[in-house]
Amino acid sequence: MASHAIDVQNAQENYLEVKGRWSGILSWIFSTDHKRIGILYLVSIAFFFIVAATIGIFMRLEQLTMGPTLMKPEVYNRLFTLHGVIMIFLFIIPGIPAILGNFFLPIQIGAKDVAFPRLNLLSWWLFMIGATLAILTLFLPGGLPDTGWTFYAPYSIRTGSEVSLAVFAAFILGFSSILTGLNFVTTVHRMRAPGMSFFRMPLFVWALYATAWIQILATPMVGITLLLIIVERLLNIGIFDPTQGGDPILYQHLFWIYSHPAVYIMILPGFGVISEIIPTFSRRTIFGYKLIAFSSLSIAIFGSLVWAHHMFVSGQSDLANIIFSFLTFFVAIPTAIKVFNWVATLYKGSIRFEPPLLFALSSIFLFSIGGFTGLMQATLPINVHIHDTYFVVGHFHYTMFGGTIWALIAGILYWFPKITGKMYNKKWIYVAWAFMFIGFNTLYGTMLYMGWKGMPRRYYDHLPEFHTDHVIATVGSWFLYTGILILVSTLIYAVYRGTKADANPWGGTTLEWKTSSPPPLENFEKEPVVEHEPYYHEEAIR
Amino acid sequence: MKNIREIALEEHHDFVGAKMGMWLFLLTELILFTGLFILYAMYRVRHAAEFHAAATELDVVIGTINTLVLLTSSLTVAVGIEALKRRNRKLAKWMVLLTVLFALTFLVNKYFEWSAKIHHGIFPGADELLSRSQGEIIYFNLYYAMTGLHGLHVLVGMGILLWVYFLIARKPSEKVVVAPPNIEYLKGAQLIASKGEQERWVIDEIKDDVVEVEVVIKKDPKKAGVDIPNIIKLENAGLYWHLVDIIWIFLFPLFYLIT
Amino acid sequence: MSHHSHEEIHGIGYGILVLVWLGLVVLTGVTVVASGVHVPALAVVIALLIAATKSSLVVSYFMHLKYESRIFHVILLMGIVTIAIFIGLTFFDVLFR
Repeated sequence: MASHAIDVQNAQENYLEVKGRWSGILSWIFSTDHKRIGILYLVSIAFFFIVAATIGIFMRLEQLTMGPTLMKPEVYNRLFTLHGVIMIFLFIIPGIPAILGNFFLPIQIGAKDVAFPRLNLLSWWLFMIGATLAILTLFLPGGLPDTGWTFYAPYSIRTGSEVSLAVFAAFILGFSSILTGLNFVTTVHRMRAPGMSFFRMPLFVWALYATAWIQILATPMVGITLLLIIVERLLNIGIFDPTQGGDPILYQHLFWIYSHPAVYIMILPGFGVISEIIPTFSRRTIFGYKLIAFSSLSIAIFGSLVWAHHMFVSGQSDLANIIFSFLTFFVAIPTAIKVFNWVATLYKGSIRFEPPLLFALSSIFLFSIGGFTGLMQATLPINVHIHDTYFVVGHFHYTMFGGTIWALIAGILYWFPKITGKMYNKKWIYVAWAFMFIGFNTLYGTMLYMGWKGMPRRYYDHLPEFHTDHVIATVGSWFLYTGILILVSTLIYAVYRGTKADANPWGGTTLEWKTSSPPPLENFEKEPVVEHEPYYHEEAIR
Repeated sequence: MKNIREIALEEHHDFVGAKMGMWLFLLTELILFTGLFILYAMYRVRHAAEFHAAATELDVVIGTINTLVLLTSSLTVAVGIEALKRRNRKLAKWMVLLTVLFALTFLVNKYFEWSAKIHHGIFPGADELLSRSQGEIIYFNLYYAMTGLHGLHVLVGMGILLWVYFLIARKPSEKVVVAPPNIEYLKGAQLIASKGEQERWVIDEIKDDVVEVEVVIKKDPKKAGVDIPNIIKLENAGLYWHLVDIIWIFLFPLFYLIT
Repeated sequence: MSHHSHEEIHGIGYGILVLVWLGLVVLTGVTVVASGVHVPALAVVIALLIAATKSSLVVSYFMHLKYESRIFHVILLMGIVTIAIFIGLTFFDVLFR
């Protein structure tokens, strides 16, 4: 925190043009500017997403036919582990907070940067180190871990694959996530511009704030759990090993104490993005601002009380099953509050149907399907029936992919002109959307159906009665993948050849739209003073 | 007319922000240990008798001595912070050094304690230990995991305190670096560094080939004001150190005193 | 934005710090002695109560929480509540299995 301000009069260049101590790639990877760090995350995370999506495509290809065709069962096990680890630890958890949060949280509260800029850069470095270690397992004798992303004991303690290194990588990624959370909480408390009271903060900031608290309070739990796997493997300190009196179910408790709140780390920022997009494109203030703000906090709280609903068939006590099933339903309340408020905001608004809104609305739709199938699984007797089937796989892809990633895309489309100063070709975005939407529902909708019929997850092969379903799902995956490629190439093209974007192309009302596109190094020409609630549309008042 | 530019040595220290960051970090440390405490609690309710039997093998005297050592080290670091705030750098230095020595004492004690146990064949994976009841195995495995992780924190805390010691021991100085892009605007101008209304320093003209200017103003330690940057660092190091103490305050009765 | 006013630096007297330390030493003695008394049901409770008292002394005085603004109290409270939830809910499984 100790820094000396250098008060030199200079014209404000935008952050992409600023010449710092370093040049070229070094001016990025050593930059402490929150905007550049956000872009560092964007590039690295997008890379991991494409890698993991490609792995997913290969898994679907294996299911196109019966019997081992592309790969052996062991390879399939390692691939679904890698797909899960990359998607969860390297993509969705950092996703929105690290990319859009880093870029826009300080701007939206009128700050020059986050509270601890150097710590912010360290977070990215830790992220990259963790990612490198995870991928390193590929080249070691034991090979990629074959445990699934959950690393359940006792198998994770005994398998010969490189679990120790993979788990250590996840530990470092957790540390990176914690530092981001810590930075955001401190930033929100200490760096708000004059007039920016808590209830004038944009809802995206509220969502990130709630997320940051979960990151701080839950992540260390998975840290210690993974460390114990390492010491158990390397030093033989048996904690979960049944032969030494250990209880593997306790591993599951510790793991899900983090990993269930982690799904709210994934989805809450997505809700925040949607809460930004809806008022902008309805041209009216958000309906129920305070309720949405508080529902973020209460999702964070309720979300921490429900972890053992992942363990209904693990052999934990019946009382625990009943209590956790009961508590799980409560999460639906604040979530529904958000959805109803969004819909109420749209009602009688003057809606402009631009790409960000399209993706935001799709996100609400897909997440609702994910949410409802989630409630089904929270019901004990149904859960026993569909546990470990494709129904679960379909469900969490609807919530995580449908909810979070679609919201992330919506956010990137919304803020793209601000980040780059360029506008993309909207027509191609609509094409990409059509491919993605059709492909998504064909792929994961079929999974829900197959799971309901009893197709177990994590099998490399299937019985004849599931064959048609698997073929349909695989074809869906091709549509989805094509849509993603169209989207990514449209955006990359726009970075270089896009038309120049205005400071405020959508008519947004929050602070990031009151500075130039791209923003100057210190975000604003002079420190902004806030006089209104965030979604104050002047023309709507008149 | 001479081209003169002025840079201000204004200090931006968000004392509260820095402390808040540290408290949030301590929270994560607390949760990290909570994972282990949960395991301890669950295994203990299941194997109460075996835990009691196993605990008799730990040395209460060494445990108590180590408790007192850590408590005293907490006092010394707290006094050190207080001394630095009162501009008594000499006392602050001694107190921090003393804290480091106490930390070392704790680790040496721990070393002897562990060696004795290992000598008797009580360590994870040893045949002697594995021949015992499951409750005792788990007790000792937890003992090594928890005191081991705590010991690691003592080591880290010691390192941090040592680092802060050297910071305090250094002559206080004000430093400001003018680097690109700001340097461009200063080329060919004469610089004046100023702090507040009264203090001003004039610096030579900056030639075109200059890449970076570092302004360092050394101060007489006796006349130096409150050393805010180092107070923040020492206070945060102290906070971390107290957390290490608090963890031990719980570990001690749970492992040593359940006989 | 720049806070470099000195009133943010609150001081505590050396005397108070030493008194707190004395209190901690006495409580350590009490917990060691109390562990010798054979009341199995109460032993854990007493040991944890003393440990909690000691920690709160360290937190309030050595860590200055007593003199910090409200947000620091909230931060600590969040931590304690979270820990209580995590431990408490896990017991619903282990005690009733």
